[in-house]
Amino acid sequence: MTHFNLGRIPAALAAAALAAGMAGQAGAQQALRIGALATLEGPFAVPGQDGMRGIELAVKEHGGAIAGRKIELVKASSNGNPDTAVAAARKLVEQDKVELFIGPLSGSEGIAVKNYAKSQPQVTFVNGSSAAQETTVSDPAPNFFRFSTDGAQWQYGLGDYAFKEKGYKRVVSVAEDYSFPYSLLQGFMVEFCRAGGKVVDKHWVPLGTKDYSSVIARLPDDIDAIYVALGGSDAVNFFSQYEQAGGDKPLIAGSITIDQSVLGYKGKRRDALVGTPSAGPIADDYDDPAWKAFVDAYRKEFKDGLPSPSLFAHAYYVNAKALLDGLAAVGGDLSDNQAKLRRQLATMTVKTPTGDVRLDENRNAVANIFLTEVARAGDGSFYNKFVKVVPDVDQYLGMSREEFTKMGVGSRTNPECR
Amino acid sequence: MIARLSAARIAGAVLALALLALAAAGLADNPRLFGLTVLNGLTLAALYFLVASGFTLVFGLMRVVNLAHGSLFLLGGYVGYAVGDASGSWFLALACGFAASALAGLVLQAGVFRYMEGQDLRQTLVSIGLSIVLADVFLWIWGGETYQFDPPEWLYGTVPLPLVGKYSGFRLVVLATAAAIGVALWLFLNRTRIGMMIRAGVDDRRMLSASGVNVQRVFAATFAIGAGLAGFAGVMGGTALSIAPGEDVRYLLASLVVVIVGGMGSIAGAAVGALLIGLSETFGLAYVPTYGVVFTFLIMVAVLAFRPQGLMGAAR
Amino acid sequence: MSAARWRRAMSGQVISAQAPSAAAAAAPARDSAWAWRLLALAALLLYPAVASPFFIFQVGGQALVLGIVALSLAWLGGYGGMVTLSQMTVAGVAGYALAIFGGNASAAHSLGWPWWLAIAMALSLAVLAAVAIGALAVRTEGIYTIMITLAIGVAFFYLVQQNQTVFNGFQGLSRILPPPLFGVDWRAPVPFYYLALACALAAYCAVAYLARSPFGMALQGIRENPRRMRALGFNVNAHRIAAHALAGLMAGAGGVLLAWYNSQISPGSVGTTALINILIVAVIGGMRHPAGPFLGALLFVLLQNFAIDLVDRERFNLVIGGVFLFILAVSPDGLLGVWRRLARTAHPAARRSSS
Repeated sequence: MTHFNLGRIPAALAAAALAAGMAGQAGAQQALRIGALATLEGPFAVPGQDGMRGIELAVKEHGGAIAGRKIELVKASSNGNPDTAVAAARKLVEQDKVELFIGPLSGSEGIAVKNYAKSQPQVTFVNGSSAAQETTVSDPAPNFFRFSTDGAQWQYGLGDYAFKEKGYKRVVSVAEDYSFPYSLLQGFMVEFCRAGGKVVDKHWVPLGTKDYSSVIARLPDDIDAIYVALGGSDAVNFFSQYEQAGGDKPLIAGSITIDQSVLGYKGKRRDALVGTPSAGPIADDYDDPAWKAFVDAYRKEFKDGLPSPSLFAHAYYVNAKALLDGLAAVGGDLSDNQAKLRRQLATMTVKTPTGDVRLDENRNAVANIFLTEVARAGDGSFYNKFVKVVPDVDQYLGMSREEFTKMGVGSRTNPECR
Repeated sequence: MIARLSAARIAGAVLALALLALAAAGLADNPRLFGLTVLNGLTLAALYFLVASGFTLVFGLMRVVNLAHGSLFLLGGYVGYAVGDASGSWFLALACGFAASALAGLVLQAGVFRYMEGQDLRQTLVSIGLSIVLADVFLWIWGGETYQFDPPEWLYGTVPLPLVGKYSGFRLVVLATAAAIGVALWLFLNRTRIGMMIRAGVDDRRMLSASGVNVQRVFAATFAIGAGLAGFAGVMGGTALSIAPGEDVRYLLASLVVVIVGGMGSIAGAAVGALLIGLSETFGLAYVPTYGVVFTFLIMVAVLAFRPQGLMGAAR
Repeated sequence: MSAARWRRAMSGQVISAQAPSAAAAAAPARDSAWAWRLLALAALLLYPAVASPFFIFQVGGQALVLGIVALSLAWLGGYGGMVTLSQMTVAGVAGYALAIFGGNASAAHSLGWPWWLAIAMALSLAVLAAVAIGALAVRTEGIYTIMITLAIGVAFFYLVQQNQTVFNGFQGLSRILPPPLFGVDWRAPVPFYYLALACALAAYCAVAYLARSPFGMALQGIRENPRRMRALGFNVNAHRIAAHALAGLMAGAGGVLLAWYNSQISPGSVGTTALINILIVAVIGGMRHPAGPFLGALLFVLLQNFAIDLVDRERFNLVIGGVFLFILAVSPDGLLGVWRRLARTAHPAARRSSS
């Protein structure tokens, strides 16, 4: 039996790892180290890159330094999986020794990072673009701040608009079967049901379904519109298959369904999409000086960016700006477990390209929401045309805290109004 | 032995009766939905057959498990899109998708798998590694966006059908194409000289080589055809559905299940497997959306429990 | 590399029957091998004293835990000749069982049983799952086994993703914490490292001992030639399923530790990527020796954490795939095979006649 000389390898590797570890600890302490986490790998790379652009823009606007300390942005990547997000966060906090943290991108990552934040009270965590309700409404972390809105907030205002302005009374929903679409649908239904509308059926499709023919076959004829909350290529597939199957009902779109990263897909532009109402944190052609300045700055700074900043770039920008503004307001004071900074963040009002943002008692944003409709630009591409601002939407969706807690966060069967 | 056979037959008969009863109930409840679901299942099965036929050809006849088959699917789709976008011709895209993947398959066989003949595990592992690398390269070149093809109008519109009303014309095109390819493959294998050589080479490579045939060339041609079929399916799938990162894993898994259920190395088996899987997926999504996905795998597990070589595979 | 050499590398050397002529030369080499083993053990035990908490937990702890799951794959694949892609699935079964029976953040999904009962349930369910998968997989061989276990793994992934009532669907279950035994927080870096090390050593010793026990010899014989073993009167299927059971126990232990390490479990933990990663780890490290998977896990974890500093993080999969292919091309026996060859050229006296 060949007894293999095992001993050398672990010792050698341990020595190498030790050397690397110690080198990492001896980094510069003068620079302000801010960790940034987005999904830079896999299919979510495009939104992730745009999120990073949002942070970089905010850093640039502050001249790359706060209170005399140069900002050092340490980037990390995840792939949408909560385990990977926490591992990346752990590397940033424990290995790269960042003092502040911005991220993550997706909803389930956000919940995992919030739980991690609780175990690291010395670092202030600010959201990227994660928009799960539970991140702040259930068991919030005292050092996790979200200056962007959650999925249910994104759809607030759409229900009223669909019922009163568009005249849709009976609607069915087609959405992916996981928590984020539940939130989107809840945000839509809270107002829609209150106004008297009926969501007669909900079709929850397993995540990753590409063939929607069976779902389309089940859609009834006696409805006014279809509410669609699908993301990415699922949305693209649904549109084309619905058209191919001869469907002609108007659509109401959840925010992820007509996001820039979906509208920019490579293929034939579907005429039927034009006029689809939706709601979300941004509107591509919002006629407001602050928004225009933001879009111009984005385009000037990032020649290889998207034609217009996506909601990911916007969310990361708002969160990063709030963090940097707050830090500047306290003069860069991170002493006493960053208490001054956190008090500032919790009480300040941030001026963002989409209006003023402040935080509620769970450190979640109270911000403006935009109603939009899909329109065709001069060059044939699609964008989200601004219709109306819904001001100061909070996480309780216009209800009191007791009412909202009684209703609970969105689920497959919550809320219902058949 | 006789008692076991009867038990298997009885179980099969009971299952068939149960399915028939369910089908009758579905038909009575909502005939339009039932008809639509059957058609959807058939057309999805056609797409799966297109992808799986290449896989089963390469494995069944050459004993090479190419887990990079999904990557060849994507390659055909992406290249086809680039060509179609530049030239404006969907048919050219189709041809180039086939060609690109066939070429890639040729390179794989002549440059990689040929040197690992007989080492099944190593070939499989290498193909896994290749699929990971290729998936990342595709992401690098073509990004994370979704690509969808634009076929000519006459292929694409809605078609009025009895009972179900309007139906997607292109899905019927996929069905027709798959049937045509299935027949063509069968003819190729059973009625042409090359097909005969392939079948002979599988049975006894040495004898084939002894009779003066360049076996490596035959196998290279087979791999090229199998890979080309995957690329062809990529363009078809990109038109009926879409192409995006992650589709390679999805279609690979579908091919695996189809081939496991239908039996390795049998084109007819691939057709039967594709039918079963396509129908189960669509019926599952239509009637039991939450767990429909798991049905497919339950069928596979059931087939494995009773007939490990697949429904139409040769007994080992 | 020729087919014959590959076959030799993948088989032969693990069977421990020693030719008498080599026994004499083996004795001093065996002593030095033990010395190296003790040195390695000492290094592993003293590692926390010299490494930062990040390195102890995220590198050391994670490598050990992944190594345990990969060892279960190497045991089945290297010693048993059955490469299965469902080891992470079995680990996931244990992780989910631990979360559900023990307790997690969601009260609706917790049963709140005492910790020892929850762990016992997790391990038993893992073994049961492994035996069930094994019962299906033994009807097939070689490549078929890979495909079938992959499909079973994907089925489990869809099950836990779609089911809300038991598994909490896409969100998964969070706040899975080890019990505070003896007043120690077992999830702190140093205690967790030693816990993982203890389990890893137990798994290592189990595999090393079993490989040379009658059961292990029979298993390796079955790997070589099942027909002959059957002719000799061995119950081939029973042996294989027993091997699956042991692999299930190891993977289950790994799954419990992994759930504690992440303090959460979600469908992503048992998805296709996770399943294939374990295979990559086992192959990179080497499936012929119990230490191989741990080596592979260490390399994998280092790459995962530091690739972003060396290469664009976006291309992480390219790097990992490239390393995997490189090792497959150069050495069928993974990193250990490379070392073995280097060690052999450095110590000609220790050369074996069977190589």
